[in-house]
Amino acid sequence: MKTGAKILVESLQREGTDIIFGYPGGVVMPIYDELYDSSLRHILVRHEQAAAHAADGYARASGRVGVCLATSGPGACNLVTGIATAYMDSVPIVALTGQVPTNLLGNDAFQESDITGITMPITKHNYLVKSAGELARTVQEAFYIAGTGRPGPVLIDIPKDVSTGLSDDVKLPEKVTLRGYNPTYKGHKRQMEKALDLLAHSERPLIYAGGGIISSNASPELMEFATLASIPVTTTLMGIGCIPCHHPLNLGMLGMHGTEYANFAVTECDLMIAIGARFDDRVTGKIETFAPHAKVIHIDIDPAEIGKNKRVDVPIVGDVKAVLKDLLLLMKKQGVHEAWIKKIKHWKQHHPLKCPANGALHPQFIIRTLSDLVKDKAVIVSEVGQNQMWTAQHFCFHNPRTWITSGGLGTMGYGLPAAMGVHFARPDVPVFDIAGDGSVQMNIQEFGTIAAEKIPVKVVILNNMYLGMVRQWQELFYDHRYSFTELPPVDFVKIANAYGIEGMRVESPDEVLPALQASLDCDGPFVMDFRIEREENVFPMVPAGAAINEMIGGHPPS
Amino acid sequence: MKPHTLSILVENKAGVLSRVTGLFSRRGFNIESLAVGPCEEPDMSRITIVVIGDDEKIEQVMKQLNKLIDVIKVSDLTDSERVERELALIKVTAELGTSRAEIMQIASIFRASIVDVGAKTLILQVIGDTDKIDALEKLLRQYGIKEFVRTGTVGILRGSKTVTSGK
Ligand SMILES: Cc1ncc(C[n+]2csc(CCOP(=O)(O)OP(=O)(O)O)c2C)c(N)n1
Ligand SMILES: [Mg+2]
Repeated sequence: MKTGAKILVESLQREGTDIIFGYPGGVVMPIYDELYDSSLRHILVRHEQAAAHAADGYARASGRVGVCLATSGPGACNLVTGIATAYMDSVPIVALTGQVPTNLLGNDAFQESDITGITMPITKHNYLVKSAGELARTVQEAFYIAGTGRPGPVLIDIPKDVSTGLSDDVKLPEKVTLRGYNPTYKGHKRQMEKALDLLAHSERPLIYAGGGIISSNASPELMEFATLASIPVTTTLMGIGCIPCHHPLNLGMLGMHGTEYANFAVTECDLMIAIGARFDDRVTGKIETFAPHAKVIHIDIDPAEIGKNKRVDVPIVGDVKAVLKDLLLLMKKQGVHEAWIKKIKHWKQHHPLKCPANGALHPQFIIRTLSDLVKDKAVIVSEVGQNQMWTAQHFCFHNPRTWITSGGLGTMGYGLPAAMGVHFARPDVPVFDIAGDGSVQMNIQEFGTIAAEKIPVKVVILNNMYLGMVRQWQELFYDHRYSFTELPPVDFVKIANAYGIEGMRVESPDEVLPALQASLDCDGPFVMDFRIEREENVFPMVPAGAAINEMIGGHPPS
Repeated sequence: MKPHTLSILVENKAGVLSRVTGLFSRRGFNIESLAVGPCEEPDMSRITIVVIGDDEKIEQVMKQLNKLIDVIKVSDLTDSERVERELALIKVTAELGTSRAEIMQIASIFRASIVDVGAKTLILQVIGDTDKIDALEKLLRQYGIKEFVRTGTVGILRGSKTVTSGK
């Protein structure tokens, strides 16, 4: 006989977990006692939200399931934002929460909260375990559900008496089978032929590539397909990295802060091939005018995404990697699309992203300098706001899983804790958190974690002393009325120092490279406080609800 | 926009009903009626939900239902040959020597049965589709309905076709 806590830890290890991010409390003490002399590594965060984001960052960077652990009640509730963030971006994490003993469930016991009820809409599935004997099976199922099909977070709620309860080892099946869960991996042959037929008749095809390509590790197949068929590729925020930035077919990001040429291409294409993307409103703008001349092929593992926002001509349900492989096999002849490619090249030349250079400290310049410095040897995490968009626009990403950001939920405070998780997935490269002064303060307590655990995250704070993205909207759409978006100056270097972290303040362009270099030369974490142009905006910009070829800060296609 | 009858086969597990109904409210669907109970498989339940919406919305909600791990199968019975029934109990004012006879006559036309006779009330039990029950309720309103309770629609396909797990 073993305790539930022991079974839990062994089950996690059986699933290949080597690290968990957590925070202790009353009802998880039996689990913590088990972790005390376990080989499973535990990172003590400073707030449970950070544990969820760290597990998420670990998962996004590694492709494996990330794990976090919190106590009942307040601990579990603190995970909620992190779980919702993972849910919106389809990230596989398993969140473990303690719960009050089963005999007190439903009694408003001390630190009881109905976390399975609370997280029902933001998890792929969740469990309330009722006995130690169910634990091993539940953990096995949870990892299976989190990591297969369209990935997502799964929560396991574990009452204290389940952790202390005893059970014999139960025999687990080789493979999990669930009669209500059978994702479709292979695309339908007839549909794929129809898609190739559309492609063969298209003069102006465009691939709209989303995060699904990253999560199914389908970049090589995507590249081969795009190159063979000669189709330009625009990526969503989540799809960045699936094709190298400098690739001639890459148009960069589309949508609200997309490149002008990507948005022009969307508006003019006659065939749109959406792959692992979901026609989010930040991408489409006014949906009626999105890709108005195009037939649409939509490849996605989640049938519910197909036809949800945009009418589709050829739906293909399946794992995008498997579907792309089959499409490559079925494809009879290569494409050319000379005139289209030429037009796009022209747009790219005449509508480049702008990087102001007037002696002041501009964030775009900082991002580009960092990009040139680290090249393909870093993972970049971001917070949310202008900092995120400048990075998405100006950093040159070469590989999948090197750009980690909260897209669907847009969670300020995501970056720093996610970067901690990324480090454990990719200890071989430096990890940068590109932050805003607002966002970084949402989880700044994690300076404590990176200091204590010597996690060498490099924090690049683009400090505009504003909630910049909101201020930008106020400037443009609310008549410059900066209602509650100004942040008083903070000495971030002093804060870092207080935690025992080195830091540097940067106020002019010529200090940028030395500071970034210093951060790389430092073995541990490093915090840089870049005092940037305060009212710099992110352009181009499609106003909310407008057509995506109507961009502020752009000019009509030449 | 018309009523759709969805037959949903689910794992008989704690919380499954709230997963299903939560999904409806979250996505802005109003449930017209809901009936749930055990079915031919001992560890499954069947939920019948009537919901009003256009075809696209219904398709979306069915796809979302299918994503729930505890949902085994979802079918829209609306465009198929089917039998749909609902049961209602109606407590109607019927004092002796007044409208009692009339009410009993109406009951017999609707093949409703009188399941309780009180000094001042009768309880009618009627089985039928939604329209029939609505019609009876309307007719009885003039006598004074004191209480009205209905089960929600259940439905089943005609012939040998079934909504089963297929395993
Ligand atoms: C948790 C959370 N609260 C509020 C918002 C709304 N919001 C989006 S961007 C932004 C401003 C971010 O400010 P900062 O981190 O300084 O970044 P900047 O835009 O200045 O680069 C806010 C408040 C959000 N995305 N997340
Ligand atoms: Mg800011």
